[in-house]
Amino acid sequence: MEIGLLIQTIANSIAAGSIYAVIAVGLAMAFGVMKMANFAHGEFFMCGAYVVYVFYALLGWPFPAAVLMSIPIVGAMGVVTERLIFRPTRSNVLAGFMATAGLAFVLQVLVGQMWGVGLMRSVPTPYMGAADIAGAKIGWQRVLVIPAAIVMLSALWFFLYRVKHGKALRACAQDPDTARLQGIGINRMTMLAMGISGASAGLAGALLAPIHPVTPYMGHGVILTAFIVVVMGGMESIAGAVLAAILLGFVHTFVTTLSDAVTAQMVGVACMAAVLVVRPQGLLGRVKA
Amino acid sequence: MTARRWTFPLFIVAVIAVLAVLPLTSRDYSVEIYILLLINVILVVSYRIPATTGDWALSHVVLMGCGAYTTALLSKWYDLSIFLTVPLSAVIAGIVGLILVTPLVRTRGFGFFIASFALGEFVRLIWIKFRYPFGGPRGMIGIPNGEIGQIDFFEPLPYYYFVLVVALISLFIMYRIDRSRIGKTFVALYKDEGLAEAVGIDVPRYRAMAFTIGAFFAGIAGSLLAHRLGAVDPKNFDINVMVYLIIWIVVGGTATIWGPIMGLVAMTVVFEWSRPLLEWRPLLFGGTLIFFLVFLPGGLEDLFFRIRDRITGKRSGGGTV
Repeated sequence: MEIGLLIQTIANSIAAGSIYAVIAVGLAMAFGVMKMANFAHGEFFMCGAYVVYVFYALLGWPFPAAVLMSIPIVGAMGVVTERLIFRPTRSNVLAGFMATAGLAFVLQVLVGQMWGVGLMRSVPTPYMGAADIAGAKIGWQRVLVIPAAIVMLSALWFFLYRVKHGKALRACAQDPDTARLQGIGINRMTMLAMGISGASAGLAGALLAPIHPVTPYMGHGVILTAFIVVVMGGMESIAGAVLAAILLGFVHTFVTTLSDAVTAQMVGVACMAAVLVVRPQGLLGRVKA
Repeated sequence: MTARRWTFPLFIVAVIAVLAVLPLTSRDYSVEIYILLLINVILVVSYRIPATTGDWALSHVVLMGCGAYTTALLSKWYDLSIFLTVPLSAVIAGIVGLILVTPLVRTRGFGFFIASFALGEFVRLIWIKFRYPFGGPRGMIGIPNGEIGQIDFFEPLPYYYFVLVVALISLFIMYRIDRSRIGKTFVALYKDEGLAEAVGIDVPRYRAMAFTIGAFFAGIAGSLLAHRLGAVDPKNFDINVMVYLIIWIVVGGTATIWGPIMGLVAMTVVFEWSRPLLEWRPLLFGGTLIFFLVFLPGGLEDLFFRIRDRITGKRSGGGTV
């Protein structure tokens, strides 16, 4: 592999890893609090992309404003999902997971009926041109994802470790019963977790809308990757999800460059299966008492 | 008790009689639907076997695909008779199931669900990756419909009877397994794994056995499907199809062998009825799935038992798994 291609591939890997991290963190967070496994997470990502499509491409808002709109809109969808699906099925992880698979179908049809199924929606790239890093060319839109991911993850870290509600959320993830005894409302915390989870998926979709084909089914490709990342990271560990996201970003990008995309998928899936079987608690997961 | 001893066999005979006569009075299009329905009956009932041990898998349609691909390869390249392709496909699917379940038994519950998705997807990606012999992303076409002597299975009616016989045999075997000591062990290790282990049940071995049996019958369903469609496509065995299988099971329930069949028949009626609403169908099915999981976790079967108990005024076991 020559040096130019190597730098290019490494840069692409970091960009891919950042994207995976933003998507997977929300999934890991929802699972950490009351074991909410959201199959429709990929569809939340898709809805975020459609928010940008509607506000930026159709209504002509500035791109950053359209991206920020995805946070309240998709976040609210997360809250509604918690209230209507996860809360009634709280006793059974699989039931919530399967019900959100149904939700994925529902969202695909609704979006498809509103904005069309067949053709992909084209969102014009707001930031043209490419960055030139030691001979490697990376589109600005892709470069933008990296600082956006860093900002988002830092904000999340700040919230979880420095803000009272964030600490309550972590307490709830560690031990719901004890958290409840301390006067933390479990229902409010699960709603908050799903709100943040939805918002982060929506944000990821919004950022990627200009460089990703926007279709009602775009969530499908994402959900598998997101689950690989989360399972490898240890299901409820946010730090594990970030680590696994970067690892998988490198693995996927390098295998895709050297071989093809199908092989990259196979390697990713095999990594996940290996982690589940050899180290079921994941790379950074805690062992259950 | 005597009444019950007679009603059940009578009920079975009546169902078989209806199934035997029904296609004679139907159009070809309806017969095609009955054929797919019977194939799906084998599939849902086979899914229930590992599900009774608590192992809900996301790889079941891929195992069905293993049967379909085996049939495609055997009948296309080696021109084997349908009497050989169906059992051989079942055996291959069973072997693949055994290979998949060997690492899978180390996981449980949600981990099992996700890991089975990963391994199933791996198998499916193999079909997409290797154009030779699996045909790559577009699959394989031109699979013979099969024949017995002079009877060509291209015609729906003869094939319907062939599938009916295979389905009845498969269902009988699965029913016997369910009623046998092995079937009771499967349920026991779901109800209380620790207790089952304590009384000397080799839990991983029984879970692997349940999964492999399920894979075997899924292979039969896949083989019958490949002969009927004349084509296999990796998209026919993806996660979307798997969600439809889950919908049938969830709508029906898994406590008895009748639950999945009830769910399948009910949802097939809805599927055919919703033909004019083609684009809205996933919404309808997704909504149904959510409704049942939230409001009726025991499925139609549980509803049926509760209504029957209310009418007869007795309390018999119709618990949910």
